[in-house]
Amino acid sequence: MILADIANLIRSKNAGPFTLTFDIMFADLASYRRVKNSGALNPSAFAKLYRCPVEKVRFFECENALAFKFSIPRPLTQGELGDGDMHGGQQFIPLMNVEIP
Amino acid sequence: MAPHFIACDAGTTDAGPFSLGMGTPAFPREAVKRDLLLMLLAGRKANIPVIVGSAGTAGGDVHVDWALEITREIVAEHGLTLRTAVIYAEQDKAYLKRLLHENRILPLDPAPPISESIIDGSSRIVGMMGVEPLQQAISDGADFVLAGRCSDSALFAAIPLMQGFPAGLAWHAGKVSECGTLVCETLGRGVIFTTISHDAVTIRPYGAGLRCTPQSVAAHSLYENANPYLHRECSGTFDLTKATFEAIDDVTVRIRGSEFISETYTVKLEGAELAGYQSIIVGGIRDPYIIRQLHSWLDSVRSYIDESVARVLGNKADKSLYSLAFHTYGINAVMGSLEPDPKHLPHEVGIVLEATAPTQDMAHKLTQLSRQPLLHYPIQEWTGSITAFACLHNPAVIDRGPVYRFNLNHVAVPSTPFEMFRTHFIDLDGSKRS
Repeated sequence: MILADIANLIRSKNAGPFTLTFDIMFADLASYRRVKNSGALNPSAFAKLYRCPVEKVRFFECENALAFKFSIPRPLTQGELGDGDMHGGQQFIPLMNVEIP
Repeated sequence: MAPHFIACDAGTTDAGPFSLGMGTPAFPREAVKRDLLLMLLAGRKANIPVIVGSAGTAGGDVHVDWALEITREIVAEHGLTLRTAVIYAEQDKAYLKRLLHENRILPLDPAPPISESIIDGSSRIVGMMGVEPLQQAISDGADFVLAGRCSDSALFAAIPLMQGFPAGLAWHAGKVSECGTLVCETLGRGVIFTTISHDAVTIRPYGAGLRCTPQSVAAHSLYENANPYLHRECSGTFDLTKATFEAIDDVTVRIRGSEFISETYTVKLEGAELAGYQSIIVGGIRDPYIIRQLHSWLDSVRSYIDESVARVLGNKADKSLYSLAFHTYGINAVMGSLEPDPKHLPHEVGIVLEATAPTQDMAHKLTQLSRQPLLHYPIQEWTGSITAFACLHNPAVIDRGPVYRFNLNHVAVPSTPFEMFRTHFIDLDGSKRS
């Protein structure tokens, strides 16, 4: 199964002009725990997907929100020449296909 | 239970650097006037203060003055009397350069480089105020506080903190209130009513179909924040690690356990500088022979454009002065280098050619010179003259005007919470209409 089939929302957004943040959210505790226990979401897997150094990846497990969060520096500052996603809202796609065994 | 104040966050950097750089609001005047009218009428009726922060989107002086002008209009049209505190948040460059010399401007992570010339070259720099200037204005009797750039949560935490409520709860109450109904399970029209006591915060929405659940309130602290637990404000950090969320009824949630840690007083700076002037051309390509070699074809088109520019405009348009970007919708335009599927080819590609130059005139001419090569640059598969680019408009060139970039991600360390902000009291009186 892939993450997109289990999560009820996968999203990305600017957290200020210099940071991109990613939320993976679930409808129930069982789905959240299933993904947590799989270990598939972790900083080094995320660093590989987003081609950034693992030490720049911040990762949070938020059980009371039934959510995981990753944050990384933006590859280009918001609105910098060449930036194609002003709000950072369409950068979550690589997370959709993460295999959850 | 009667409310003690109404507060509203009117600003954001979300739309990009243009509002701050150019000094213009990102929302229609009519929309701002309507919202402000509702709040001011409700505030006067209940005789409670109204606090608006980050006025005019970016919270610079020009933005605050724009919102003040709207306020004057409302006061006159509705015969209100309004003791108004206007708090300006734009920063004096000489003051910032002094702080820089004294090592009292510190980088956040990641931060672009800072120097005297970066401060001087900024179009506008604002400081994000904390609760203290707001509290001073309320103590001095303001009915309406109209503030420049301000921490979103501070707008809601200011009065509870003045009244001695626990800092962790006051700040958390501010945090869950500042985005309105975004804290609900599903977004809708309505208003958030937040109640604070000495051991808990309760939050409930008013509006058709709206409900807060423990998960929706907990999840709200994730939204647009790099760290869901620690939120840095001027006077310290509020820590939600131990916060608990419980449902009181179907729509109301109680929060307990939020904490606040006092730290060195810092004020976040936001700056924007001119990046240049832009012109664009919009169009598309359907020819599969071009699409399968699109990037090498565009490289050739780019070289041809550079040569024409050098030939026609000469030294005044040196290659180092301008930039040309091809946004290829259908192939990696949205994700760029992060695209996980870069080899996938669509049947059609949308292209935005974007030229950025030191003047609008140069950007316009660069774009004009780009149209012919885009239209006719040959490929090996076809013999004879081709027309490769489906141009959307005539005239093809759209001038976008000035464009800006964010140039600071830093905090200042002032000697008091007040020295970076200027408060003016204005007694507005609309009762003496002629």
